[in-house]
Amino acid sequence: MLKIAKDRLNELYAKIAETQGLFLPIKKAGEVNYAVWGEGKEVSLETLKTVKSPKNAFFPQTENMMKFKTEGKNIEVVDMRKDYVEEGKLFVIFGVKACDYKAIEVLDKVFLAEPVDTYYQNRRAAATIVTLACSRPEESCFCKAFGIDATAPMGDVTTWMDGENLYWQANTEKGETLTAQVKELFSEGGETEVAAQQETTKIIIDKLPFSNLDLSRFKPENLNELFDAPEWEEMSEACLGCGTCTFVCPTCQCFDIRDFKTNEGVLRYRCWDSCMYSDFTLMAHGNSRTTQMQRFRQRFMHKLVYYPSQNDGLYSCVGCGRCVNKCPQSLNIVKVIKTLGGKAND
Amino acid sequence: MKDVALKMVERAKELLANGEVARVIGWKKGEFYFDPQPASFETVEELDSFVYNGFCGANLSKYLIKMSKKEGKTAIFLKPCDSYSFNQLVKEYRIKRENIYVIAIECQGKLDIQKIKAKGIDAVTEVEEDGENIKVSSLYGEYTVAKDEVLLGKCSVCNKTHQVKDEEIGDSERPVRDGDRFAEVAALEAMTEDERFAFWREQLSKCIRCNACRNVCPACSCLKCVFDNPASGIAAKANDDQFEEQLFHIIRAFHVAGRCTDCGECSRVCPQNIPLHLLNRKFIKDIDGFYGEYQAGEESEGKTPLTSYTEGDTEPNDVFNGEAK
Amino acid sequence: MQEVTTEKKEFTPNIVAFCCNWCSYAGADLAGSSRLNYPANVKIIRVPCSCRVNPMFILKAFQQGADGVILCGCHPGDCHYVTGNYYTRRRMALLYSFLNYMGIEKERTRLEWVSAAEGARFSAVMNDFVKQVTELGENKRLTDLRVKEGE
Repeated sequence: MLKIAKDRLNELYAKIAETQGLFLPIKKAGEVNYAVWGEGKEVSLETLKTVKSPKNAFFPQTENMMKFKTEGKNIEVVDMRKDYVEEGKLFVIFGVKACDYKAIEVLDKVFLAEPVDTYYQNRRAAATIVTLACSRPEESCFCKAFGIDATAPMGDVTTWMDGENLYWQANTEKGETLTAQVKELFSEGGETEVAAQQETTKIIIDKLPFSNLDLSRFKPENLNELFDAPEWEEMSEACLGCGTCTFVCPTCQCFDIRDFKTNEGVLRYRCWDSCMYSDFTLMAHGNSRTTQMQRFRQRFMHKLVYYPSQNDGLYSCVGCGRCVNKCPQSLNIVKVIKTLGGKAND
Repeated sequence: MKDVALKMVERAKELLANGEVARVIGWKKGEFYFDPQPASFETVEELDSFVYNGFCGANLSKYLIKMSKKEGKTAIFLKPCDSYSFNQLVKEYRIKRENIYVIAIECQGKLDIQKIKAKGIDAVTEVEEDGENIKVSSLYGEYTVAKDEVLLGKCSVCNKTHQVKDEEIGDSERPVRDGDRFAEVAALEAMTEDERFAFWREQLSKCIRCNACRNVCPACSCLKCVFDNPASGIAAKANDDQFEEQLFHIIRAFHVAGRCTDCGECSRVCPQNIPLHLLNRKFIKDIDGFYGEYQAGEESEGKTPLTSYTEGDTEPNDVFNGEAK
Repeated sequence: MQEVTTEKKEFTPNIVAFCCNWCSYAGADLAGSSRLNYPANVKIIRVPCSCRVNPMFILKAFQQGADGVILCGCHPGDCHYVTGNYYTRRRMALLYSFLNYMGIEKERTRLEWVSAAEGARFSAVMNDFVKQVTELGENKRLTDLRVKEGE
């Protein structure tokens, strides 16, 4: 294990940024989100939850896909995909928490399964993920319920941070390569500090109010029963139909493809979509989900039943708690789990 | 506050039990003290989960669009600020006044859990309201914060009073918080164009297009919003271009100009804490300045500043050269 | 060829003028038939009444590459529909003030009352507005980079 004093982190960022892009939790106008690091940016690794999750680095909220250029009677199709590895445009995303890292695994199963989403794949291949263990979880965290250990996230490199130092450990080949590039800034040591921090943090995690949510009823065989549960009506009553929960969620992966008219033709782009919106999966005949209750149900059934039934029981919620913090009317997945989950929630 | 909450439950039970109303709209207990959710109660038993405390900041009036069209009468608890939105909705024929029973309730100013957390108090498990102090327990310690420091933005400059009521519960007396609600707008106006542009670019570039500001807004009551119309040519969900960000926020604010009651819900719900109320307040300030003081929602009928005129109105070109009235 | 490319390209703004059918558009017509000049980069969009112009039109014009937007209607009191332009006046006063509040240059927006008899005034107004926007330069704050792709 390696360590570096916290007051030298800027040197570390600069060193990484010499050869590749560097995404960090950066504070802008009072809020912390992942953004490209540069001199003078206010880095906030201490922030437990960025507003938007790091999925934005692999699956941007808006992404141009192709252009159709018209010239006379000809239409030229321009592929806007970039092979970042080929172009040497690698990047590091630094400070990813355990829940958000797990969320990337969830996204991988969607975008990297056949047919592969090459836009996502290109970004994913160019990225080195440096995770950061949590040391101060808060009441809305419930990653433990999904079997995630917030004190030992994976990733290409895992880091831990205490009052004085950042501790660094490479896990993969990509991680080793990055370590070799920055090693001169580090010194050896830190095993005892990290172990001690993990122990104290685990005690706190056990005390968190949602750490022991019972998910046992969310199984594919209960699909119909859960779908028809009368509780959905009441649970969704206050839902505004905004997209806050879906856009702050690290695992939501739905997108819409739209065309935009430019001076030289048409730009085709995709952007995040929300199952809470009235035009979600809109088809020529209209919308398949006509009420907010149906849209609300879709979101949670997808996270807790549909996705796991296609992915060996892996839930597409990682317990980051962003929706718990951000829902304007305090509706969230925890309330759904408590209402429809197993007996232990009572 | 606890007394008021008890009286409210009792009254709600009475109204439901004797069949005067078919449902009551209020707040329901959340997972914590600080996350109550809006809810409608149809039986006396359901009212066991009823709650009214310092975190019931949500404006309930918009739910009436849906609820007041249901069978039977709907009772609703309205705080002073909510009552302006209520009147505005009646004025625009969006809710049926005759189907609603309004219970005006006491409000001493509502709290913002995010402001409490911004003080470095995380993992909050319990909150206790103790007059002008708030006691917070968290997994990391116990804290006491002054109420005035953690009020919702809308509450720190509130001088609103109940505009509509069929009955009232609680004390209508409360601490005077008559800060100048236009101070921030005036500060922006005093900046140069470049500074203002930079300010709004930084703020609006945070926007994630979640539409929470629009969906929560009681004045945004269109059946179909232009931003939800795929044929409008507007990329409402894309967030990559500064134009679309500006377009959304300009149109949203303009559409509620003269109808916005300054209830502050837009800023309360913004996940990126964009000070959206500063957009709406600019319109309110200009309307007051150009056409005389006007508070939307004080009346439930009549015309709004943008649906009326006088022959000697301010000329648009004079807005900037100091000749505007 | 060499000399041409090194020469600094002079900025000619794109101007969109919304003109009401009954007064200002007729005013433009009169300017034309009286052989009065106004710059060719003013693109006129005829609307039934100045009141038909909602803020979205103005923003869309900027998005599609306008550097300045001017709205022209009948003089207050002369509206073909009696009161339309009174509403226009309120809306645009608020909108222009608001755009400036967002940091958009106030010189990019204007409202003028031009009657059907004021061909000379139409020409003078347009010349003046074009001059004003030319001095100001290109619209960069309320524009859509995607539209300008390929330029």
